[in-house]
Amino acid sequence: MRHEIRNRKEHIVDLSASERIVIVGAGQAAAQACASLRQYGFAGDLALIGEEPELPYQRPPLSKAYMKGELAKERLYFKPMDWYRAQSVDLKLETRVNALDRSACRVLLENEETLSYDALILATGSRPRTLPLAGAGLANVFDLRTLGDVEGVRPHMRAGCRLVIIGAGYIGLEAAAVARQLGLKVTVLEMADRVLARVTSPVMSAFYEAEHLRQGVDIRTSVRVTGLTGGSSVQSVVLDDGTEIPADVVLAGIGIVPNVELAEASGLGCSNGVLVDRDTRTQDERIFAVGDCACRPLVHYGRRGRLESVHNAIEQGKLAAAAIMGKPRPVEDCPWFWSDQYDLKLQIAGLSEGYDTLVVRGDPGERKFAVFYLKAGRLLAVDAVNSAPEFLASKKLIVSGASLAPDTLRDTTQSMKEIAAAAA
Amino acid sequence: MPKITFVDHTGEERTLDATNGETVMETAIKNAVPGIDADCGGACACATCHVYVDDAFMAKVGQPEDMEQSMLDFAENVQDNSRLSCQITVSDALDGLRVTTPESQH
Repeated sequence: MRHEIRNRKEHIVDLSASERIVIVGAGQAAAQACASLRQYGFAGDLALIGEEPELPYQRPPLSKAYMKGELAKERLYFKPMDWYRAQSVDLKLETRVNALDRSACRVLLENEETLSYDALILATGSRPRTLPLAGAGLANVFDLRTLGDVEGVRPHMRAGCRLVIIGAGYIGLEAAAVARQLGLKVTVLEMADRVLARVTSPVMSAFYEAEHLRQGVDIRTSVRVTGLTGGSSVQSVVLDDGTEIPADVVLAGIGIVPNVELAEASGLGCSNGVLVDRDTRTQDERIFAVGDCACRPLVHYGRRGRLESVHNAIEQGKLAAAAIMGKPRPVEDCPWFWSDQYDLKLQIAGLSEGYDTLVVRGDPGERKFAVFYLKAGRLLAVDAVNSAPEFLASKKLIVSGASLAPDTLRDTTQSMKEIAAAAA
Repeated sequence: MPKITFVDHTGEERTLDATNGETVMETAIKNAVPGIDADCGGACACATCHVYVDDAFMAKVGQPEDMEQSMLDFAENVQDNSRLSCQITVSDALDGLRVTTPESQH
């Protein structure tokens, strides 16, 4: 089904007079939409439905400071319970939604309650891809998505414990860094021929692989896991060449799948996520989709895509609230991400997919460098390691569609401020 | 409990109870203080929790570290008393701290 991107003007339903808004999901995009709706003056009934038992919380620290035990749980919550009370938000936690009845504008909950809406925001998020393996259900095999997952893992985060991580994406590598810092024996298994293969260039992969090796992580690329063994708890991970890696605990970080089932079953167009326009509106003008579950226009790239990031959750939460309340559309930033591993702060601006030229600025040996990605001269993205100026300047340059010469980007005698000013 | 006063760009003041060990940014976010976005949640990754620290407290809050300084270099309307509020940890020594928030973080 092809989704038409319509002009806002063409919408006939004025949702700014909505009396009842329902948000399905309680992650970052949901929390943002909820706060922004109240900020934009929505005074009607506002329900937030989440299946986890927690108040909406930040996920990024789960594989970083929280996993390491450096952050109290209360500090993960976006807002305290008092805020939801003061803002009259009807928080329905540990509650699943069974179905949408679009013709009656109702949401049907698992507990048989129904909620009517004038506008509905789907912030259903994503779920970890499950290991398609024998033994995946053994005890001490964890995903890394929820607070509950990390609370299961944390008791094992002690020196000497043998941890096997399946999947060398950002989550897996962040967990590996935390585990090494706590003294665990860490093995990372990756099917591709390099770490971070899905998300970055070979230059960055080589840098991070070398760093983890230097920190004592046993990284094995181009390996295929065939199963997990154990009695009740996992005891080892088995590879297709017969190698058996002993494990006290296993973490799987092999990607996520958008939760589109509710939207799909109600007949809304979905293709790698719920299809939405720039205002996050789905094919149903009363229904919006935000965050990990939405496939959105990527306005700086002239295509669609699904973003799994904090930036996207916040931005789309605001976009949905603004569209419903008839406010001007908030500025759409270029996508950005970050990853903390050891003392390396990686900040990513833009999407590098489709680049034809790669430029390294600075020296990876000094643990402070940036990799720029260009297409036909235009800056698409940057991966900046301990290099905030490169990241921040690039965010602006990507949004403005700037073209830059590789030699200019390589020239560290010019500051990023100077380079950005000259390109403007 | 230390108190922090947030002054927004219109001059409106909000004095709030802060918790030792949490950051000035967290105090602002939990109390929905306008003018602070803190998109990254305090990871020093986004520079959207920029504040101006009252002169009387400049010495007590200390100097920004390198990472914060280079983030600040690219923030809008930076002044000598600019800080990222996610990098200021609340303590009794900061009781009475006054910070001003900008009109917008973008």
